[in-house]
Amino acid sequence: MTAAITVDGLEVIFDRFRALKGVSLEVNSGESFGLVGESGSGKSTLLRAIAGLAPVASGSITVNGKKLGARRDKAFYREVQMVFQDPYGSLHPRQTVDRLLQEPLAIHGFADGEKRIQRALDEVGLGNGFRFRYSHQLSGGQRQRVAIARALILEPSILLLDEPTSALDASVQAEVLNLLEEVRRRRKLTFLMVSHDLAIITHMCERLMVMQSGKAVESLSAAQLVGHRVTEDYTRNLLRASEGFVRTG
Amino acid sequence: MSGRTLLDVDDLRVTFPTRTGLIEAVRGVSFSLGRERLGIVGESGSGKSQTGRAIMGLTPPQARISASKLAFDGVDLLAASPRERRALRGKRIAMILQDPKYSLDPVMSIGRQIVETLRTHEKVGKAEARDRALAMLEAVQIRDPARVFDLHPHEVSGGMGQRAMIAMMLIAGPEMMIADEPTSALDVTVQLDVLGILDRLVSERGMGLIFISHDLRLVSSFCDRVIVMFAGKVVEQLKASELSQAQHPYTRGLLNCMPRIGFERHPLPVLDRKAEWAA
Repeated sequence: MTAAITVDGLEVIFDRFRALKGVSLEVNSGESFGLVGESGSGKSTLLRAIAGLAPVASGSITVNGKKLGARRDKAFYREVQMVFQDPYGSLHPRQTVDRLLQEPLAIHGFADGEKRIQRALDEVGLGNGFRFRYSHQLSGGQRQRVAIARALILEPSILLLDEPTSALDASVQAEVLNLLEEVRRRRKLTFLMVSHDLAIITHMCERLMVMQSGKAVESLSAAQLVGHRVTEDYTRNLLRASEGFVRTG
Repeated sequence: MSGRTLLDVDDLRVTFPTRTGLIEAVRGVSFSLGRERLGIVGESGSGKSQTGRAIMGLTPPQARISASKLAFDGVDLLAASPRERRALRGKRIAMILQDPKYSLDPVMSIGRQIVETLRTHEKVGKAEARDRALAMLEAVQIRDPARVFDLHPHEVSGGMGQRAMIAMMLIAGPEMMIADEPTSALDVTVQLDVLGILDRLVSERGMGLIFISHDLRLVSSFCDRVIVMFAGKVVEQLKASELSQAQHPYTRGLLNCMPRIGFERHPLPVLDRKAEWAA
């Protein structure tokens, strides 16, 4: 098995705040890997650092065997795409879906845009009827589908998912998670997915890493988590919390 | 249902005029609430929040509300003057909103906001109001109430902000509380703390609680009874303990669509929404 993403001793510092304190991680090609933790644990920062959206102070990131520098080139973004948490904030409010999907194609100089846009929309289950709508005319779930279509249109091999369903209803969440699993299977994608919900991570990922205040607490497989075979108290707490409210006394 | 009825809702309708015609957000909802915990569950757009807002009197002015009965402890809420509604709101009926980041006043310290609520509804001196606000902050398990009293909302975490909001809502001693997604903006671990506090205070004070959420499992672990709403209507009403025997396909769909640890299902079952449910 080859590594799709290797992160080694990564430090991210915002002004004087150390958001990531030496985190290492290896995601195999074709694998789905989860990052869990509370707000402020650095899980999103790690994802953003890989995408080139956070100031890396030290450490290294390697994607598909290529070590990344301070700037990401175009070839990187053909390989790695990201889906953000808030579908209300991540689509341009004054562009139609068609225009939104043309943007990455224009940047990367694809000629067969027409065909690709149609295929991308079909793939995420939206169809042609949504092509000339604005994002405010779509529901949250539909917007997230557009964001996924935009990520897939360049045919990347790695998808970075930052809480892709936390802004959605439980019922719409199921649809989007199913869609993500389906495209992953069909295109043999590598997923690196961030969520605060252990149930979602165990559903979607084979392995996961638990993070707390900028550090890795524990790495384990989904099966270990399901079997409650965890070693750290922090993970145990998260696990208990995800089982829902229990009245005491 | 325990004790006398606090709230009586019969055939509640909330209608919004839009450019394309009237939109009925709530279409004939009926239920009653005693001193118990009632959950209202549904997806976005099911009318659950508008139901809560109509009871609270926070429906936008352009909307029309009608009901054959909307009474709180014998007071007809639809016939009440704005002044009477204001006297009820905060004093006898309180509401907790989803996100403390947006629902607390950003330019007022947390302590002053709590004191303001108290002094709007009761004649108390400044020093006493401060003492009571500090005691209330302590009751919601804020460790250092004196420090938090002087902080502004942007200086506290989401969980702390939500506790401050609960403190603010409970300080006037309301008899009924409406909590609209009170924990959706919080981390899982903090969620449980806040729910625990809410649970303890509600039962200690014998309040009636309406808990609005899209998370059916959470609601059923917290409430005595659950109302399930779809497209502005109540599709099913049941005891939380009997949730596993839910009859309506929509309720069952909501229950099944969440991934659960230890239950492998690929793909997840999705809701197949049927037009006749809304009829």
